[in-house]
Amino acid sequence: MTVPTTPDTQTAPASAEQRVNAGIGRSVLRPDGIPKVKGNFAYVSDLQAEGMLHGATARSPFAHARLVSIDLTPALAMNGVKAVIVQDDVPGTAMYGLEHRDQPVLCDGTARYWGEPVAVVAAEDPETAKHAAAAIVMEWEELDTLDDPEEADAIDSVFRRVKVRRGDQDAHGEVVIEGYYEVGTQDQAPLGPEAGLALPDGEGGVDLYGTSQWVHADHEQIVAALGLQPDQIRCHPAGIGGAFGAREDMNLHIHCCLLALVTGRPVKMVYDRAESFAGHVHRHPARMWYRHEANRDGTLVRVQAKLLLDGGAYMSTTGAVIGNATYFAVGPYKVDSVAIDGVGAKTNNPPCGAMRGFGAVQSCFGHETQMDRLAAELAMDPMVLRRLNALQQGDPMSTTGQIITDSLPTVDVMDALVAMPLPDDTDSDNPLHLPGGTGLTTSRSHVRRGVGYGVSIKNIAFSEGFDDYAEARVVLTSVGAEVHTAAIEVGQGLVTVCAQIARSALGLEHVAVVFDDTSSIGSAGSTSASRQTQLTGNAVLEAARRVREMALERIGGDDLTDAGVWRNGELIMSLDALYDAGPIEFTARYRHPATFEADENGQGTLHAGFAIAAHRAVVEVDPELGLIRVVRIDTAQDVGRVLNPQSVIGQIEGGILQGVGLAYMEELVIQKGKILNASFTDYLLPTFLDAPDVEAILIEEPGEWGPFGAKGVGEPPTISSTPAVAAAIRDAVGKPLNRVPILPEHIVGV
Amino acid sequence: MEMTTPKDLTEALTAIDQDPDAVLLAGGTDVMIGVNFGETWPSHVVGLRRLAELTAWEGNRIGAGVTYRRLEKGPFAALAELSRTVGSPQIRNAGTIGGNLGTASPAGDALPFLAAVDAEVELASLNGRRTLPWHEFLVGVKRNAREPNELIVATILPEAMPPRQAFAKVGIRNAMVISTVSACLTRREDGTTTIALGSVAPTTIRARKAEAMISSEKSPTEAAIAEFGRLVSEEIKPISDHRSTAAYRRHAAGVLAKRLLERCL
Repeated sequence: MTVPTTPDTQTAPASAEQRVNAGIGRSVLRPDGIPKVKGNFAYVSDLQAEGMLHGATARSPFAHARLVSIDLTPALAMNGVKAVIVQDDVPGTAMYGLEHRDQPVLCDGTARYWGEPVAVVAAEDPETAKHAAAAIVMEWEELDTLDDPEEADAIDSVFRRVKVRRGDQDAHGEVVIEGYYEVGTQDQAPLGPEAGLALPDGEGGVDLYGTSQWVHADHEQIVAALGLQPDQIRCHPAGIGGAFGAREDMNLHIHCCLLALVTGRPVKMVYDRAESFAGHVHRHPARMWYRHEANRDGTLVRVQAKLLLDGGAYMSTTGAVIGNATYFAVGPYKVDSVAIDGVGAKTNNPPCGAMRGFGAVQSCFGHETQMDRLAAELAMDPMVLRRLNALQQGDPMSTTGQIITDSLPTVDVMDALVAMPLPDDTDSDNPLHLPGGTGLTTSRSHVRRGVGYGVSIKNIAFSEGFDDYAEARVVLTSVGAEVHTAAIEVGQGLVTVCAQIARSALGLEHVAVVFDDTSSIGSAGSTSASRQTQLTGNAVLEAARRVREMALERIGGDDLTDAGVWRNGELIMSLDALYDAGPIEFTARYRHPATFEADENGQGTLHAGFAIAAHRAVVEVDPELGLIRVVRIDTAQDVGRVLNPQSVIGQIEGGILQGVGLAYMEELVIQKGKILNASFTDYLLPTFLDAPDVEAILIEEPGEWGPFGAKGVGEPPTISSTPAVAAAIRDAVGKPLNRVPILPEHIVGV
Repeated sequence: MEMTTPKDLTEALTAIDQDPDAVLLAGGTDVMIGVNFGETWPSHVVGLRRLAELTAWEGNRIGAGVTYRRLEKGPFAALAELSRTVGSPQIRNAGTIGGNLGTASPAGDALPFLAAVDAEVELASLNGRRTLPWHEFLVGVKRNAREPNELIVATILPEAMPPRQAFAKVGIRNAMVISTVSACLTRREDGTTTIALGSVAPTTIRARKAEAMISSEKSPTEAAIAEFGRLVSEEIKPISDHRSTAAYRRHAAGVLAKRLLERCL
């Protein structure tokens, strides 16, 4: 054990930070990594309870229909069926929803989207439950299906309209670029399906272990929907196999709790893959009309856009998503005259909500394609044009006018990317590494290479006046410390980074992260919006600093290590003795700098922080067949400060792959509201053969308020990787390609 | 659900003779998808993995239970190529060539090869054995000529296999994908050429007009190769579905035909 030679309580955390081995800045291994690889980690779908029943769901076969009658008796008559529940059986408000409680727990007499839950069954085994759900007789009267968001916009069937007007609305440039763009419906496609285990407590309450990104938001909705007291429901963080936004909204949670209450037995529900696609929200498909005006020297003069995102049947987070799409519609560029109209349409399509990038993904495809076309029109290098117009710290946001006080190394990010070496032109002749891969469709002579760029900006944390905070508790134990939080670990690495922050602040190596339920600790807020490292990270940092101070103050020490408290280089009390002398703990609640709602022109301080990313894609295309292989993605990303290099690279590689997927393969095929490819056979995700090499440069310019200057890193990789791949494909084949995913038939033009 | 696990062919044939509705399970890569989607819920499953005759592979007689993993490493070039395109390593370890015949999907990856080489399908029942040419076996979308009391035991390739053969498959991603269009082409020294295509008609089909045209060309010119591609595009009957459009399939079939021919010249 190293003993500091110049102890100083004022700067002790800094020296402690340098001393601990598994503190910030290190690629500390995930505690759940090896168990996950070996199959020992318990995901929600693995949970078991003595005497548990299994739930299943009967769903609407129509996107819009009136439920004329429903006969549950065939299900109830089946051996092993313990309960069947419909909307009338739900006590309380029987409604839920993240932004607005507009969704009935079960069909309220009208199904508004395909696959809407109508009834739920609990039975002794999963097969019986499934068969009982299928045995329920439902008589439907089909209604007109509103599946066209433009029609919804025209008849004012919308969740939210967002208007931005900034600067001189009569300003005009010398060059005009107009374009129409579409983004298809991407799915988060988490490998872990929706799952829940509800345990009745015998006193009218329930403990729920469910797939989630924010247990306190689940808790609030469940309590209201079921008409219970807050202390009757406890939502527990549990093992999540991927989220990407799909776990923000609840699906089977209330069903599971209610079945447990009705039967008095534990109830487990797990969606199968097809059901999962129907059972969670998707990324909003978008239609976007853009008009950029610039001067001949490349200076942007005016940007106008109309963005139409289809929110589907229920609101979910459509309000915030269309807000983001609108406020980030210009991208990381300075322009003084802006007019953007965002519309979140309400239709009978599958509900859409949060997905990594959250609205910024859609508009980034629009603004980056516009920037490329403008560069081509002006015969400028696309990155030179972007750099010329780069938005920087101290500038007003082009949409909202908010002066950017957070770090914003847009130019550094762009310069770092451009300076990266391009891969060799003569890539291997291994046919598996050509477009078409194992299909052996091509040879190198049929392949053309293209290069494309994308740059993005996105907000970190919740915006538009949301009271966004995180609570965390640090508790000193006889052997080290525990971090308590209700923040959800979805695979991103929160569990690692919280422990690293606590170690560095406490000066202790032995730190464990304990995930507490909603009755034991306050909200950590959502694991979304790239916010947990900054929000929960800051709460952990403050709590850990206070605990260290309290430990030192108690006996007048000047340093704390895993051995105990020190004074003048001598150990004066062991941790065990310190613990015996009474508990030391601190609960911190961190709020980020306040944000505000926009005025009627979309102006104001709407966002708490920002992050920039830039991507360069090198693709190979077989133009005759329209097949693609992404050879490489180079990226530079504004990360504030790196707390765990391996985790950051992991987020970057994974996020890029999700962006690559959207660029040329990932799309839910929806016809009259019905999903036609609800399986991993037909909803295509990139495989290893589709995964490009990734080189990343991390730009460390400390952010305004993240712990140690760190910024959230989860979403930016996904945002501009898509337009970079699309631009590279255009570069290879010379076609406009205004829609992602770019499918073979679009490239071939048949 | 009842499960029978016969240890030899006679036990298996007896089981399906007694229960013609029994579902046959080899690799399970189709059956289990049906179960997972709620499309099938078999009351009786007959497992075929223990039948030694089905996993036997002697020369040109390939047992129905031979997995893609084995075919991938086998001597028939196009069969090995197509086998590498089937699913993931896990699927290739489980899925069998007999399963491809049994399911008779127009997208079955092995079927264009069997069609291109004019393979036969051997069926067994308690009444004896019979052999059908591939085109009499594959009769429609997911329909074949197997009687309920019969088992597909093997596929038999001709004695004289074409020396040049190549397979290609178009799918949106570069591995583990259901074909949008697939094709297998063979060519002999005398110019005799066959081409069979998948996912472009209700069953795997041969483009016979195109074959006749190109077989008479000993050293096809660029124009002849282009004409071959055009004829293939014309002969197929593709549809539009959630995987692709009819127009793209028609186009891609022609491109694959030309490229496969070039690979075999």
